[in-house]
Amino acid sequence: MFGWEFPPHNSGGLGVACKGVVDSLCSQGTAVTFVLPKKVVTEFSKNKVVFADNSQDLLNTKGVDVMLMPYITSESYEEELGKVGKKTKKKKRKKGEKRSLNYAGTLLGEVYRYGELAGDVAETEEHDIIHAHDWLSFEAGIAAKEVSGKPLVAHVHATEFDRSGERVNQDIYNIERRGMYMADRVVAVSNFTKNILINRYGVPEGKITVVHNGINENDYMSVLEDSPASVVSGLKSHGYKIVLFVGRITFQKGPDYFVKMAKKIREYEPNTFFVVCGSGDMEKQMIHEVAAARMSDRFIFAGFLRGESLNTVYKAADIYIMPSVSEPFGLTPLEAMIQDTPVLISHQTGVSEVVSHALKANFWDVDDMASKVISVLRNPSLQQCLKNNGRTEVSRMNWNLAGEKLLSLYKNLLARQL
Amino acid sequence: MASICFYFQVHQPFRIRKYGVFDVGNSDYFNDDSETDLNNCRILKKVASKCYLPANAVLKNVLETNPDFKASFSFSGVFLEQCAIYAPEVLESFSDLIKTGRVEVMSETYYHSLAALYSQKEFEKQVKLHSEAVKEIFNVSPTVFRNTELIYSNDIAREVQRMGFKAILAEGADHILEWRSPNFLYRPAEIDNLVLLLKNYRLSDDVAFRFGERSWKEYPLTAEKFAQWVSAYNGAGEIINLFMDYETFGEHQWEDTGIFEFMRHFPSEFLKHPDNNFVTPSEAVERYEVVGEIEAPNYVSWADVERDISAWRSNEIQHDALRCVYELERDVVELDDHEITHTWRKLQTSDHFYYMCTKWFQDGDVHKYFNPYDSPYEAFIAFSNVVNDLKLRIDKRKKEKKSLKRKGEGSLFREK
Repeated sequence: MFGWEFPPHNSGGLGVACKGVVDSLCSQGTAVTFVLPKKVVTEFSKNKVVFADNSQDLLNTKGVDVMLMPYITSESYEEELGKVGKKTKKKKRKKGEKRSLNYAGTLLGEVYRYGELAGDVAETEEHDIIHAHDWLSFEAGIAAKEVSGKPLVAHVHATEFDRSGERVNQDIYNIERRGMYMADRVVAVSNFTKNILINRYGVPEGKITVVHNGINENDYMSVLEDSPASVVSGLKSHGYKIVLFVGRITFQKGPDYFVKMAKKIREYEPNTFFVVCGSGDMEKQMIHEVAAARMSDRFIFAGFLRGESLNTVYKAADIYIMPSVSEPFGLTPLEAMIQDTPVLISHQTGVSEVVSHALKANFWDVDDMASKVISVLRNPSLQQCLKNNGRTEVSRMNWNLAGEKLLSLYKNLLARQL
Repeated sequence: MASICFYFQVHQPFRIRKYGVFDVGNSDYFNDDSETDLNNCRILKKVASKCYLPANAVLKNVLETNPDFKASFSFSGVFLEQCAIYAPEVLESFSDLIKTGRVEVMSETYYHSLAALYSQKEFEKQVKLHSEAVKEIFNVSPTVFRNTELIYSNDIAREVQRMGFKAILAEGADHILEWRSPNFLYRPAEIDNLVLLLKNYRLSDDVAFRFGERSWKEYPLTAEKFAQWVSAYNGAGEIINLFMDYETFGEHQWEDTGIFEFMRHFPSEFLKHPDNNFVTPSEAVERYEVVGEIEAPNYVSWADVERDISAWRSNEIQHDALRCVYELERDVVELDDHEITHTWRKLQTSDHFYYMCTKWFQDGDVHKYFNPYDSPYEAFIAFSNVVNDLKLRIDKRKKEKKSLKRKGEGSLFREK
């Protein structure tokens, strides 16, 4: 299995999803070799991630020395490279020559280099199935398939269209498209994503299997009593209402719609604070918009939070909003529901396919979103009802179902090979 | 002797349109004109053409060809009112059936409400309004009562007896019948002069729910087969109460299931047996003796497997919405403004609370099927915003009244 992030050193949902997939496969008796960029592996073994006891032996991790990080962009790649000070040009490898230990110099080069190095892993590690998560590891998956000839599963957690809207990076799109074309089977995290793959990438419908993500409640149990996050709880105890946004502050997550909605809410419910957890390339723009709307005194930018701090903020919130423009799945509403917090999610999300006890709206319909949020703030009965039913619903959404679906997909692929 | 007592419920609520916080102030609650199932005119016309008109044509034919066929109906006032606005021809076709004298019309609350659970006065008022409407439209006076969704209890029975009805209908729920059969007449516990007719839910649901279900082992249900099943009760029961929504015909069971053909042929099949016949509820009361008493300390209804009131009142939003609407009673009565009173009562229709039910929401069951809103929460949001709007209107009218009164006093003072 090829990936590029893993908890606890993940910056988004992908790492969490990879762990969920790996956990459920291992617990059902499948041995997994998880190949990651070295930096991620080192940190991850250093931190001794705990797996379910019975499955720990079944997971084996391999590090490949490349400079790839989750949600990396060309700019951030070059920045990171500058820090290491090893900038060299990628040279074409002559036959028999040892692979370059130097970094490629460009993000795309690095992705291809990860692919080449990963291909080597396939020579030494025994395996029946190759499973690659998202575009950064698709080249690695293809390389491995060339080496071993085993079936390749391309797992799509997000597409370039989700990340960038219509301004897609053609190189990344090409890698995604090639990965899905070369794969024997494509896994999409939702029907929402499946439709993008059909319409935008020309993947035949019959080649795609939808496997919705799950969530492990136990990963989210601890709450901090004393932390910066408790500032937010403090506001609540002073009688303020809290409306929460959690996610990278990027086009995909709809932060601008959140600000517009906040403006509407504030007119009707002046005692409301809007808390934003996350960072991203639209952060400055978002702060400017808040200032222009004269709401700086009502917005708290809490930065990137994880673990206990994030749980604490979820718990303090009156409602969690995910106004995503295009969200293949979207784990955060489930995290909020575990903390007994009602959620409002856009229809343009995969998670809205599996959650019933949530409010839903179109991300562009700022009036509808604001109206629903105000209804929750004003009606304790509505808040309570969403809380209770949401909590029950999310407790049934574990990863086992996803693991079972993947296993049967593997079995079909192997049967076809015989 | 086996008698069948058919009772068909006919009802359509005034559904509330999608009404957000920012709509508060525009005061237009029921006139959705979208292509959704919140458009009351659209729904009524659709159901009229799929169900009411073709089903009435079948019954008219059955009444003409079988002089011994009888049936009974209960129409909610809000249904009659919508018919008068959107489809008067439907009222005429019901009128034709009633004019035969073999179709009885029963009493209920005009607004198909849960008033019996909240306010005795309001309950009585709505029953009275309904009787007046039925008298005006069909020129008949009901003597048998059926409460909204067959919601029944000892207390409701007592109230209905006090209002002078001679019989009441209820669900033949196992937990009130215990070992007894629904196929006899009973009396509510400790109440004289009121007869209780109990629905035979197995046979009723064979038609209402299972008729078109291909996975059912008895599928397809023919008129002949069903007539045999009912006749088999001969000697083990006197009256088989087949109670169901009239929308069963053509709306819940589509025409292609053969439901209309079934209804066209069933009466003559059943009447082939000389001991069989049809009765209306009031005839049943005249013809048969009461065999025992039924105790119902808790509410029973014909909804869901629980057959209680949890479809309308089990979660926080339902409790809250009901509380909000009945809290307005004093103000509304005091204000005595016809338009506001009528609007307030339309908000009491049970369907609004049914749409907020979350019991099995994620399993895609009947609640979801019959819900014109995207979710129970959306139903609540629209409802609570409308109630808030109504509150504002009430407050405004109260102030106007006060200032009018003050002005009146002022002029009086000047005259002095």
